[in-house]
Amino acid sequence: MSHAHHQEGWVKKYLWSTDHKIIGFQYLFTGMAMALLGGFFAYAFRMQLGFPGKSVPGYGLVSPNEYNALVTNHGTIMIFWFAMPVLIAAFGNFLIPLMIGCDDMVFPRLNRLSYQIFLLSALILIASFFVPGGAFGGAWTAYPPLSAKHQYSLTPAGATFWLLAVALEFVAFLMGGINFVTTVMNSRAPGMKWHQIPVVIWMIVVASIVFMASVGPLVAGAVMLLFDQQFGTGFYDPVRGGDPILWQHLFWFFGHPEVYVVLLPAIGIVIDVIAVFARKKVFAYKTVLYTAFATGILSFFVWAQHQFVAGIDPRMANVFTATTVLISVPIAEMIFVTIATLYGGSIRLTTPMLWALAFVAEFLIGGVTGIYLGSSGSDIYFHDTYFVLAHFHYTFVPIAVIGSFAGVTYWFPKMFGKMLDEKLGKLHFWATIIPFNFIFIPLFITGAAGDHRRIHDYSRFPDLARADLQNLRAIATVATVCMLVAQVIFFFNFFKSMKSGKRAGNNPWNANTLEWSAASPPPHGNFEVLPTVYRGPYEYSAPGRESDFWPQDEPPDGEVEPAQEAAE
Amino acid sequence: MSKPIATTRSATGIPTGRLAVWWVIASEIVIFGGLLASYIMHRLGHPEFGDYAAHTNTWIGAFNTLVLLSSSLSAVLAHQAAERKDGERAAKLLGLTMLGGLTFACVKAAEWTMEISSGFTLTTNAFWSFYYTAAGLHALHVIGGVVIMGFVARDAAQGKELQRVELIGNYWHFVDVVWIFLFPLLYIAK
Repeated sequence: MSHAHHQEGWVKKYLWSTDHKIIGFQYLFTGMAMALLGGFFAYAFRMQLGFPGKSVPGYGLVSPNEYNALVTNHGTIMIFWFAMPVLIAAFGNFLIPLMIGCDDMVFPRLNRLSYQIFLLSALILIASFFVPGGAFGGAWTAYPPLSAKHQYSLTPAGATFWLLAVALEFVAFLMGGINFVTTVMNSRAPGMKWHQIPVVIWMIVVASIVFMASVGPLVAGAVMLLFDQQFGTGFYDPVRGGDPILWQHLFWFFGHPEVYVVLLPAIGIVIDVIAVFARKKVFAYKTVLYTAFATGILSFFVWAQHQFVAGIDPRMANVFTATTVLISVPIAEMIFVTIATLYGGSIRLTTPMLWALAFVAEFLIGGVTGIYLGSSGSDIYFHDTYFVLAHFHYTFVPIAVIGSFAGVTYWFPKMFGKMLDEKLGKLHFWATIIPFNFIFIPLFITGAAGDHRRIHDYSRFPDLARADLQNLRAIATVATVCMLVAQVIFFFNFFKSMKSGKRAGNNPWNANTLEWSAASPPPHGNFEVLPTVYRGPYEYSAPGRESDFWPQDEPPDGEVEPAQEAAE
Repeated sequence: MSKPIATTRSATGIPTGRLAVWWVIASEIVIFGGLLASYIMHRLGHPEFGDYAAHTNTWIGAFNTLVLLSSSLSAVLAHQAAERKDGERAAKLLGLTMLGGLTFACVKAAEWTMEISSGFTLTTNAFWSFYYTAAGLHALHVIGGVVIMGFVARDAAQGKELQRVELIGNYWHFVDVVWIFLFPLLYIAK
C-alpha cells in the first residue's frame, strides 16, 4: 500500500470532508436534488390549476390542503434549499479559496458543520410531509395568525417542522457566511488587492454580509412564532396584546434583503462569464463594487413594499415606494454594466455565455414589472395576483435557475476536469428558456385580469372561471411540464460528461482568474505552488500583448517566479 | 491533518479568529436587536406593560448586573495574562469569570422559580412572554459562554491557543452589553 495515506474511506472523503471543494459539491448536489423536489411540487399544483379536479399523473388528486402545502413548500424550497445553497454555498465554497488563491477556507471544520446543519434542515423539511396533519400550507411567508395557531393552519406538527427547518437553515448560512467573509478578508493570495478580487467573490461576500445583518430579527421572530405555536404565547395574537403585523415586519426586514442575497451572487457569475466570453475587461469594475454596496444598504429600507395593503400608515407607504423605486437604480446600473462590457467585445456564444445573456434579458422583464408593484398606487390593484407571481418568477428564475446554469456550465470543467457537451448544452438552454417565457407571460395576463393567487380551484369564482383565462392557465401548465422535462437533457449531459466528456485541461476558456491555473479538477490543497497575484482579474485583449488573456498570477515580463510562501 | 495555509494568512493584519468573533457578534447584535426592537414597539403601544414590570424584582436584577459586570473584569485580566504568555494565570482568571456566569445563571433560576410560583409564566401576557424569551435567550448565551470558556481555559492552562482568551473575552463583554440593555428595559422601566 504505497498510497496508504491518500486512500481515505468513501465516507471520510465525501461525507465527512473538510475540503472546501467537496463541501461545495455537497451543497450543489443537495441543492439540485431539492430543486427537483420543488419542481415536482410545481408540476403537481400547476396541473391542478391548468386541469382542475383531474388526477395528476405521478401524483394523484390534489386536495385543497395538499395544494396549499405544495405551493408553500415549492416557494420555501426554491429559495432556501435551492437558490441559497447553490448560488451562495456551492459556488462560494468551491470558488472562494480557488479564486483568491489559497488552499481552503479559514475554518474548514465550521464549514463541514455548516453543511451538516443544512442537510439536517432539509431532512426536517422533507419529514414535515409525513407527520400527522401533513406539511405546512400557510405560504412561504408564514403570516400569523394562520401560521401561529394550528386551529387555523390544521398542520400542528407540519408548521413547527417547517419553522425549525427554516431556522436551522439560517444557522447553517450564518456559519457559512462568517467563514466566507473572513476567508476573503484574510486569506487572499499575496499581491491580491481589494480591487483585484473577482466580481463574483465580492458579490458572495456582500450577499453574506447582507444575509447576516438582516436575518437576526427573523431568527428572533422565529423563536417567538415557535413559542406561539407550541407554548401558547401571544406575541402575534392581538387579543392577548400581541401584533400579527410584527411578524410581517420581521419577515420582510429579512425577506427583501434576501432577494438581493441571491441576486448579487447570480449577477456576479453573469458579469464574470460575460467578461470571459466577450474577451473584454469588465466595464467599470469599481462602480460595480460600489453599486453592490449601495444595493446592500438600500435593501434594508424597502421591506414595507410588501405590506402596502396590510394596514400600514399610507405616509409610510409613500416612503417605501420611494426607496423601492430608488433601489432599481443600482440594479439597472449593473445591467448596463453587462451591456457595456459586451459592447465592442469579440463575443463567443458558448453555453455559459447564452445563459449569462439570457439572465440579462429575462431579469430585465422582472425588473421592469417590479416598478408597478413597488409603487403603492398600482400595487393595491396588483396585490396578491398572478401579476406579482409572474413578476417575481421573472426575477427568481433568472437568478436561481439561469444564474446557476451559467455558473455550473462555466465552472464544470474546473469542477470535474471534463467539458460539457456544447450541443446538448445549447439544446437544454433553448428547451428551458422558451417554455419559461410561455409559463409566465400568460400569468402576467391572467394576473392583470384579476387572477388571485393561492386559489385551488377557480370554478367557484365566476368572474375568473372564464374559458379565455383557463386557456392561459393551461398554456402555463403545459409550458411548466416542458420546462421540467427539458431538465432531463441537463442531467444526462451533466453525468455523461462527468464520466466520458472531453478532457478540459487547466484553462479551457482562456480565463484570467486564479482557479484556472490550478489543475482540473484541483487536488486537495488546490495549487501546486500557491499563486501570487500581479494584476486584476479582467485583463482581456490587453493592448500590446499577443494572447488575448493575461492570467492574474503570470509574473510580469522579466520577473522570475517568486519563491513559495515558505515563511507561512 | 496539517492546518491549511489559508488559516495562517492575515491579509488584513487582523488575526482571523478575532475577525470571525466580531462577525459572530455582529450577527448576534441583529438577533437581540430584532427582539428588543419588537419589545420596545410593544412597550410603547402598551402602557400597561409598566404595571406588569412592577412585579419583577429590581434588586435581584441589580445583583445579577453587578455579578455579570464584575465577571468581565477577570476576563480582561485573563486577556492581559495571556498577552504575557502566562497561560496558567489566564486559566485561573477565566475560572473566576465562569464562576460569575454560573452565579448569574443560578440567581436567574431562583428568580424565575419565584416568579413562576407567583403565577407569572411565559403565557401570562405579552410582557411576560417577552420577559422570559429575551432573558432566556440571554441566559442561554451566558451558559454557552461558560461552557466554551471552560475549553479555552483548559487549553490556556497548558499554554495552548492563548489567543482564544481574548476572543472568548470579547464574546463575554458582548453578553454583558446585552444584559445592560435588558436590565433597564425589563426591570427598571415600570
